[in-house]
Amino acid sequence: MAYFLQQLINGLTLGSIYGLIAIGYTMVYGIIGMINFAHGEIYMIGAFISIIALLVLGLAGVTCVPLALALVLLTTMFFTSIYGWAVERVAYRPLRGSPRLAPLISAIGTSIFLLNYVQILQGARGKPMPPLIQGGFTLYESGGFSVRLSYLQLLIILVTLALMAGFTTVIATTSLGRAQRACEQDIGMAALLGVDVDRVISTTFMMGAALAAVAGLMVTLYYGVVDFFIGFLAGVKAFTAAVLGGIGSLPGAMLGGILIGLIEAFWSGYFTVEYKDVSVFAVLILVLVFRPTGLLGRPELEKV
Amino acid sequence: MTAASGLAAENPARASADWVAELKDAGLAALAATLLALPLMGFQTYDVGGGALGVRTRFDWVAVAAAAVFAGRLMLRICHRLTPRRESRSDGILASLAASTSRLAMQATLAGLVFAVALPFLPFSSRYLTDLGTTVLIYVMLGWGLNVVVGLAGLLDLGYVAFYAVGAYTFALLARDLGLTFWEALPFSGLIAAGFGVVLGFPVLRLRGDYLAIVTLGFGEIIRIVLLNWSPVTGGPNGISDIPRPSFFGLPFARSAPEGCTTFHQFFGIEFAPDQRVVFLYFVILALALVTNLFTLRLRKLPIGRAWEALREDEVACRALGINPTNVKLSAFGIGAMLGGFAGCLFATRQGFISPESFTFTESATILAIVVLGGAGSQIGVVLAAILLVSLPELGRTFAEFRMLLFGAAMVAIMAWRPRGLLAHRDPSLRLAAHSKQGLSP
Repeated sequence: MAYFLQQLINGLTLGSIYGLIAIGYTMVYGIIGMINFAHGEIYMIGAFISIIALLVLGLAGVTCVPLALALVLLTTMFFTSIYGWAVERVAYRPLRGSPRLAPLISAIGTSIFLLNYVQILQGARGKPMPPLIQGGFTLYESGGFSVRLSYLQLLIILVTLALMAGFTTVIATTSLGRAQRACEQDIGMAALLGVDVDRVISTTFMMGAALAAVAGLMVTLYYGVVDFFIGFLAGVKAFTAAVLGGIGSLPGAMLGGILIGLIEAFWSGYFTVEYKDVSVFAVLILVLVFRPTGLLGRPELEKV
Repeated sequence: MTAASGLAAENPARASADWVAELKDAGLAALAATLLALPLMGFQTYDVGGGALGVRTRFDWVAVAAAAVFAGRLMLRICHRLTPRRESRSDGILASLAASTSRLAMQATLAGLVFAVALPFLPFSSRYLTDLGTTVLIYVMLGWGLNVVVGLAGLLDLGYVAFYAVGAYTFALLARDLGLTFWEALPFSGLIAAGFGVVLGFPVLRLRGDYLAIVTLGFGEIIRIVLLNWSPVTGGPNGISDIPRPSFFGLPFARSAPEGCTTFHQFFGIEFAPDQRVVFLYFVILALALVTNLFTLRLRKLPIGRAWEALREDEVACRALGINPTNVKLSAFGIGAMLGGFAGCLFATRQGFISPESFTFTESATILAIVVLGGAGSQIGVVLAAILLVSLPELGRTFAEFRMLLFGAAMVAIMAWRPRGLLAHRDPSLRLAAHSKQGLSP
């Protein structure tokens, strides 16, 4: 029971991180109907920028941890969102209206480029980070096994919830959100009605990148080590989360992320660690075969 | 664009305003580059020992990057302005190469074939060049195999490397555990890979487009993870070594013959040279690649090939015409996988050693890039793209660490230049005789 609870907490934390990345996929897919293949790399870049920002702040003498974290969060979101903008500008915008495969290839090319760009600039070795936030609550104790919820895990879950609430409000109430929803329904019609489609798409990429940056910062804090190769697997898993929840649906992405996190945590806890990635891919395949619209998605109408 | 530059020439005030706009545009690009480069280029983390990290600044790099982007963007815009968009000469040549019936295409094919056959014997050729040629040919085979799935049937497959891996491991395991030789194992490699193709094809029959891409990517990763972790059979991360080399109709390539056996050089009474094996392998792969090409070209003219292309264009119409999409898709997956399996078998015998390292997602992406850059559906396009993408990183070995960076950038640049691929042209596979005459004389 205690073990189960502990895996539940670990899974929720991991799931929050996947959910944040998944939102980037689901928003971009909702609007332009394409997978942003470089999104995993954007998340990796977010993690690197956060580690650099932490080091720079440390050198600058900011010792108050909450202040440092807030500053790092803002800088990371800012710089990573520019990477998101650049990916759209370079890999997607010149190819708008081309055959579907073309943007996919250019996005894969961008992803390979970014991967090697970070590897060359920052080195291939993993970057260690000493834990900033230590300690936690002991929730439950039985038979020498205690269930712990660390402050960091709590922070990750709370920040994720807050960001989710914030983004849902933005999409639901602001004019930007209205433009995004309009583009999602019919991009050509939205353009005719005076929505600046290019700008909406750019903003969407930037918002997705900013959320991926938060996920990157959290992963840096949570695992304490970052390397240039984390983007690929996290990207595929987050995409799985987006599909599982129903692509195009924001709450779906979050739900899918949490489910994927839980599946991974329980699989590693009760079965084999080596095959935990296989479990995630298997879930993806099963979902697509039996419920292609995902848990909260709308069925896609086929037009002839 | 043309109208704008014409006006600019007449009106100097307007022209100067245009130049200001160009400078502003380049300035904005440079600003974006500065912001992009600042965190990752401007600061470098390094180990200070004891598991801690230090950070040092490199702002001069940021300045160089920004200046380069400014200059590059300005040049690009000026070039655009000076040469109004028109059909350039290279476009015409590529288009005529793409039409497989044109004279130029026939001549180019013939010349390429002669060159490929003569390559190992040319005065400037070396063992390295023959080896590179072998690599290119393996990728050409993979490209043609994937072309069946992506180019003809229109099914986007991002996990093609799985079948390549299955072919390679099938041969390696058959050779290790049952003692089969290359020629005996080759058919099994293809068959087992085809079996995997059909089995993996089943669950994804209903999917299309990007969903299909991500599921096939998942399959590719599952196969790789299984190969990596199923150590008792696959050797895990250490892979399988000592894979036998192919023999020339039973004559091995070795300096000294094993018991009761004649070697290739003894049989023909020539001097032994280590290059003989490399050249022989090159010809084996060339021959198999040509067979693959003939095979796919013939398939296109069979009902099944026509059904693939029909399915690519419109699945709903296909169903209405009584084509069974299940069989058509599964056959495309199966045949594509079989060709991948053959290529895997060749790869294994060439390397003599395989491990899961060789079958990563980057490999799948490279093969897909070859097909798409070549112009999906075009056989010559695949060859051109394979030569380009395989030799580009090879030439780039001088700046070893930058080669994958350049590879990624080249993928983006070529897609931006020709979104439909280098040779984007679709020959109608069937024409009505009367219509074709009308169609040809405008």
